[in-house]
Amino acid sequence: MQLLSRSLSLVSAALLSCAALTVSPVLAAWEPNKTVEFIVPAGTGGGADQMARMIQSIVAKHQLMKQSLVVVNKGGGAGAEGFLEVKGATGDPHKIIITLSNLFTTPLASGVPFSWKDLTPVSMLALDQFVLWVNAEMPYKNAKDYIDAAKAAGPSKFKMGGTGSKQEDQIITVAVEKLTGTKFIYVPFKGGGEVAVQLVGKHIDSSVNNPIEAVAQWRGGKLRPLCLFDTKRSSYTAKVTTDMAWSDIPTCKESGFDVDYLMLRGIFMPGGVTAEQTQYYLDVLKKVRDTPEWKKFMEDGAFNTTALSGKEYADWVAKEEKRHYDLMKEAAFLAPGK
Amino acid sequence: MDEIQSLIGGFGVALSWFNLMLMLVGIMLGVIIGVLPGLGGANGVAILLPLTFSMAQQPGGATSGIILLSCIYWGALFGGAITSILFNIPGEPWSVATTFDGYPMAQKGEAGRALTAAFSGSFVGALFAVLLITFLSPLVAKFALKFGPAEFFSVYLLTFCAFVGLSKEAPFKVVASMMLGFALAAVGLDTVTGQLRMTFGSTSLLKGFDFLIAVIGLFGIGEILQTMEEGLAFKGVRAKLKARIVLDTWKELPRYWMTSLRSCVVGCFMGIVPGGATPASFMSYGLAKKFSKDGDKFGTGVIEGVTAPETAAHAAGTSALLPMLTLGVPGSPTAAVLLGGLMIWGLQPGPLLFTEQKDFVWGLIASMYLGNIVGLIVVLTCVPLFASILRIPFSIIAPVILVICAIGAYTVHSSMFDVWMMLLFGVVGYVFKKLGYPLAPLVLALVLGDRAEDSFRQSMLMSQGDMGILFSNGLVGGLTTLALTLLFWPLISMVWDKVRGVRGKS
Repeated sequence: MQLLSRSLSLVSAALLSCAALTVSPVLAAWEPNKTVEFIVPAGTGGGADQMARMIQSIVAKHQLMKQSLVVVNKGGGAGAEGFLEVKGATGDPHKIIITLSNLFTTPLASGVPFSWKDLTPVSMLALDQFVLWVNAEMPYKNAKDYIDAAKAAGPSKFKMGGTGSKQEDQIITVAVEKLTGTKFIYVPFKGGGEVAVQLVGKHIDSSVNNPIEAVAQWRGGKLRPLCLFDTKRSSYTAKVTTDMAWSDIPTCKESGFDVDYLMLRGIFMPGGVTAEQTQYYLDVLKKVRDTPEWKKFMEDGAFNTTALSGKEYADWVAKEEKRHYDLMKEAAFLAPGK
Repeated sequence: MDEIQSLIGGFGVALSWFNLMLMLVGIMLGVIIGVLPGLGGANGVAILLPLTFSMAQQPGGATSGIILLSCIYWGALFGGAITSILFNIPGEPWSVATTFDGYPMAQKGEAGRALTAAFSGSFVGALFAVLLITFLSPLVAKFALKFGPAEFFSVYLLTFCAFVGLSKEAPFKVVASMMLGFALAAVGLDTVTGQLRMTFGSTSLLKGFDFLIAVIGLFGIGEILQTMEEGLAFKGVRAKLKARIVLDTWKELPRYWMTSLRSCVVGCFMGIVPGGATPASFMSYGLAKKFSKDGDKFGTGVIEGVTAPETAAHAAGTSALLPMLTLGVPGSPTAAVLLGGLMIWGLQPGPLLFTEQKDFVWGLIASMYLGNIVGLIVVLTCVPLFASILRIPFSIIAPVILVICAIGAYTVHSSMFDVWMMLLFGVVGYVFKKLGYPLAPLVLALVLGDRAEDSFRQSMLMSQGDMGILFSNGLVGGLTTLALTLLFWPLISMVWDKVRGVRGKS
């Protein structure tokens, strides 16, 4: 792979240098002088991986970087593999990492020694939403119907499927249980796509998939969204199915249980890099966000496009970490000694 | 018929000089990817994905993009067999079972025959799967939805049982080897509890033991160690090189139509379910051994032992695209990357793809026919070339293999630790061979142990600990019963012989 990616990067480097001759650099600030590794702390094909490869494609297409950007998956140990690599690469400006909630959950649940404080926050890209889904053939028309049915059936009868254990999906499930007095059987699966199909096959009763993981089945009339785990409705008003848009899904708060949860999709660098180096990636990412391709990608996945950077971003991350700690403490998901 | 009409339309989309060129490029890249251990089809496709992005912006470009990527996938499926047969080093997980008879054939000087059989088998499997995709997509997609955790577990159980019950090594040695595989598979993060297991505080062990690293070490390095001991020479050196080898082998192949058909069915089943190409190849090999007239000779270099796993692997690999297109669930890691590709190009996989993106879907299906034909021609013309690699003296080729193995092990996670693990596995492989322990059960347990455990524990969670879930409906009950029957097959057939013997006497 190394060989192939190297030859590919040579090719793209050659192409890019041709381009560079025609476009004169606006500011002679810091720039990468070799291939930049874009680490994905998750497997190929998942949400973070898709976003990373989207960014890579946009950067290549619009020639936003002179050096090439290569996506590397390091998903071992619920992402710990990737985070530990970036933690160990202090001062290396040729590595960036895209994060998901496992930035908080993995160290808290498994005790692997890393924290976001070992990294340098660059920019938030978007926030991923969560939706409560049921099979469309089921009679539940809204979240209240479903919760009432789950309550009526008694504890440990309804099955909630989700990605991974002691991660965002289970955290949301526990939060719903706390507020509604229900008790689900939480069944962990390896990925969101798998969960959606298990729900279509009626092996589980509900899921809290991200929009992008279940949108295909929603449009195909197999799944029904009941409520959105956010404080306000989605801002996307274009019709997704024949009669509904993302904005037509009520929030869970409207449905009687005030659970909101958003997942971070953001970029970090290793610790100990200079402000100039961070600024470089911040500029590249800003250009990425301005492309039509990115905007379409955001809409397809119904992402919340809040994008913070600098101190605001760091503060947001610190606040989220505290929130995860509290949520996980309450759910008894913390590793011993945490 | 609608399908035929749509397919002809699809050929219209796929058949352009540009697309044919992309197919050729894709197949060649894929073969290289398949040959290099460690660089899997999924990685190869992922690396090239960004290249197709600007391609997809032009009209009809998404079809060209997926033709390129899917041809890399076909190429990798073909290429995985080459090093398995020549050097006993599986280039891809699904070609492990190909080594069992392919390598002995090469040692007997029949590398050309083995390669032809492997490639032809792959092609037959792919063709069967593509026909299935063309005509039965909606029906088959519904079947895949019937698979919950309990059903998955019963399929894995079936794979294990087919292998244990039908192997001819000492049962306890098989079980010992398999248990070691399970133990290794358990290292790393546990999906069900989210806890780390058996990492002993080492961060290098976090990601667990990758199957590829173990296989490269156990088979590749182990083999080199043994060859060194036995006199520094490849036994296949005196391979006769005949240009007619392909045609001669083809004359022989139709005799094994039953094995091929069975392997196609097993492969498609596992691809759609989606169990994947690797279990499909193992299961198909086990079944071929059981039902073939030459079952006893399996492992010594019979041609059926090569076609069975290759046919099943390719059938599974191809049919894995079906759930991806119709349900939006990938049937294999490579399909997962292709799925990501579809989304990046602005297409939405899932139930509506067939109606909303007719040109794209049928163009892709047409390209599956064309891509596999192109692939077969490319690899078959290279058979004499590949086989002649064995004529290079051992003292030159062995260091090259070692280097390729090391690079392969390193690329899996870009980690030096894995290279040391590979060498350690090499020693383990050597010791196993010396002591007469079979390696295959270890490998099988390592690749499937994790998934089997997950699905078992998921079903136990769902049933709240009731084992009855494994017999809760016809599908899962039938699979479990079949698995147990295969496991105890030696006992059953012994009892059966006794009963018949008693009757015969009286």
